[in-house]
Amino acid sequence: MRTLSATAAALLAAGVALAPATALAAPTPTPSPGATTVTKAGTTFLGATPLAAGQPVRVSASTGEYLYWAFPAAAGEIHEITATVALAQNRSGRSTWTVEVFDGLRRRQACTAGAQTPTADASARSVAIGCTLRRVRPWAEPWSADPLPGTYYVRLTVVEIPEPDLGLPIDVDLLVSTTGDADTSSDDGRLEAALVPPANAGTVLDTEPTVAPEAEEESGWNLSLTGWLPEAGSRWIWTTAGGVLAAVAGVVGFALTRRPSTRRVAG
Amino acid sequence: MDIATLRPVINKRWSSAVLLGLLAATTLAGPVPASADDKAEPIAEPPRVQLVLDVSGSMRATDIDGRSRISVAQQAFGEVVDALPDETQLGIRVLGATYQGKDKKQGCLDTQQIVPVGAVDRAKAKAAVATLRPTGFTPVGLALREAARDLGAGATARRIVLITDGEDTCAPPDPCQVARELAAQGTTLVVDTLGLAPDEKVRRQLLCIAAATGGTYTAAQSAEDLTDRLKQLVERARDTYTTTPAKVDGTDACQDAPLLAPGVYTDRESFSEHRWYRVPVRPGQELRASVSMALDRPIKPDHGVLLRATAADGRELVRGVDAGSGRTDVVSAGLRWSATEDSDDAERDEDATPTPTASSTSAVTTVCLVVSNMFSPAAGTAADPGMPVELTVDVVAASPAPDGPDLGRGWVLLLLLTLAGLLTGLVTGLLTRWWVATWRN
Repeated sequence: MRTLSATAAALLAAGVALAPATALAAPTPTPSPGATTVTKAGTTFLGATPLAAGQPVRVSASTGEYLYWAFPAAAGEIHEITATVALAQNRSGRSTWTVEVFDGLRRRQACTAGAQTPTADASARSVAIGCTLRRVRPWAEPWSADPLPGTYYVRLTVVEIPEPDLGLPIDVDLLVSTTGDADTSSDDGRLEAALVPPANAGTVLDTEPTVAPEAEEESGWNLSLTGWLPEAGSRWIWTTAGGVLAAVAGVVGFALTRRPSTRRVAG
Repeated sequence: MDIATLRPVINKRWSSAVLLGLLAATTLAGPVPASADDKAEPIAEPPRVQLVLDVSGSMRATDIDGRSRISVAQQAFGEVVDALPDETQLGIRVLGATYQGKDKKQGCLDTQQIVPVGAVDRAKAKAAVATLRPTGFTPVGLALREAARDLGAGATARRIVLITDGEDTCAPPDPCQVARELAAQGTTLVVDTLGLAPDEKVRRQLLCIAAATGGTYTAAQSAEDLTDRLKQLVERARDTYTTTPAKVDGTDACQDAPLLAPGVYTDRESFSEHRWYRVPVRPGQELRASVSMALDRPIKPDHGVLLRATAADGRELVRGVDAGSGRTDVVSAGLRWSATEDSDDAERDEDATPTPTASSTSAVTTVCLVVSNMFSPAAGTAADPGMPVELTVDVVAASPAPDGPDLGRGWVLLLLLTLAGLLTGLVTGLLTRWWVATWRN
């Protein structure tokens, strides 16, 4: 089933990859035209409501709730999260709000810009929260914490508040927008599997699995040939063009030195 | 090289190119469809919700928009039942609805299920709610316990929505403790609480119940608030219920720790406890693990969680850590680890296993995972049952480090090659001239 869905996804992706994302490179975060508004939020990592970049969120909630959304990210993208929380009236004190972002492994992601934990006075009507994430890398060492392609989780909540203000109604507007282009070079490596966490219930194994002796490759020659050649890409074109230019320049240089001698012969 | 050997080369090149393309496509579009599939596929059970309504004497108070609390609740229930999604199974339980006497012992047993959990007969359910009259005591703890029993066990998360206006008058059992016990029973149970014009004590109690089960707390100040929120909670039960993670019991050492296949697990871990698990990782595979620990009880403000991966002999391979301070629901950490191709791990394992027959199994590295927490209990906080741990384990293909490029790219490269060509041409030209000149002479 998994392979089936994977191939289906691949077929889909072929179409998606051909059409460049039109919602990219918006200077100010605006919802993509035609995107449907999400009116829900999850309350756990597992139950996070899926979002697409550019899809606006509008949800009413209670102060103190932990609201979760999940969005997919691809290599080369920079995501910007903007949220506005319309606060309840008659509050008793200041409140501090936060939007936290986690990657598919639930590792905390840093914000490079934006007011991640703003504080609202007791009289404030609303509070604006923002967070710009780092550019998603196509590959990173397993030991690093660099942002990688996969699922990202957004958690919005209040972190400091007088207890009597908990439970009051709020309205949350949130938008995840993508800036930056998805142009990454294959030389930077590639993540074999995106950081998409499994959602199935696990099974406890009884015995340690053994490696099935893998069928030996037919011969080493075939492998080494494909291994030697660099992958198809723009570097082939650049380098070939360079060679052609060098050849032309060589002929030109040769001609520059020959011409005076021919003139002398003619004279 | 003859044709017979050439053909496999071509085929291999082609198939690997196609494979690469497919892989790239799946990584590009992977996240959304994959997670959607995983969530939508295995669910056969309908979502189940139980509404628990307090019908104690205090519900008579007329302080919500000039109406009595019970009439506001009745109206909200009616609207929720009308708007109920078809597949959702709803039950209604009341507490303090029948016993009119003064005997606390008797009054504290007063809880009934007026609508059994199942497909809802709308007219019947509304009629049952409409006849309720505020009467007796407030046995919240008992009602929660009974509500959990009504919902039964199942593979999916279940929700209880508790609507009350007064604190529990029947403790023990303390409703907050009851909620914690229910949540620890293995199947996922979430209690959302709604306070009708709550005072400080009610708020504390409802916040405690909500926190103990990972639920939410709402203060309803108007009939509209209550109706909207109830609808949202019932709808959320339909949207966010997923398969329950598998329950696992981590051990206090690596040797006899449970072996985990990819998937989601839950466990409980107490203060300053360590829980070990093992994951088999084949060569060329990458281990991914993440852990979330929920703060389901009052603890001191600073907290942290540490997830470490170690080899069988105790060497640390990698760690994931997160810490914070203040209000939060869960603290999470994650890690990735993969054995490098020529890693000495496998070799070392091979050396360690004396039997020659074990040489094929020694290629599987068993990585130990240990979860520890840096929580400290606030005064009067019970340590048992432990705090909920959610562990996600995944084993995927490892991503090799990119090699340096063999070819070049960019304008500087073109300029350099052109200059080099020009220079070569000039030198060749000069040499030729000199050679022609000397030859002529």
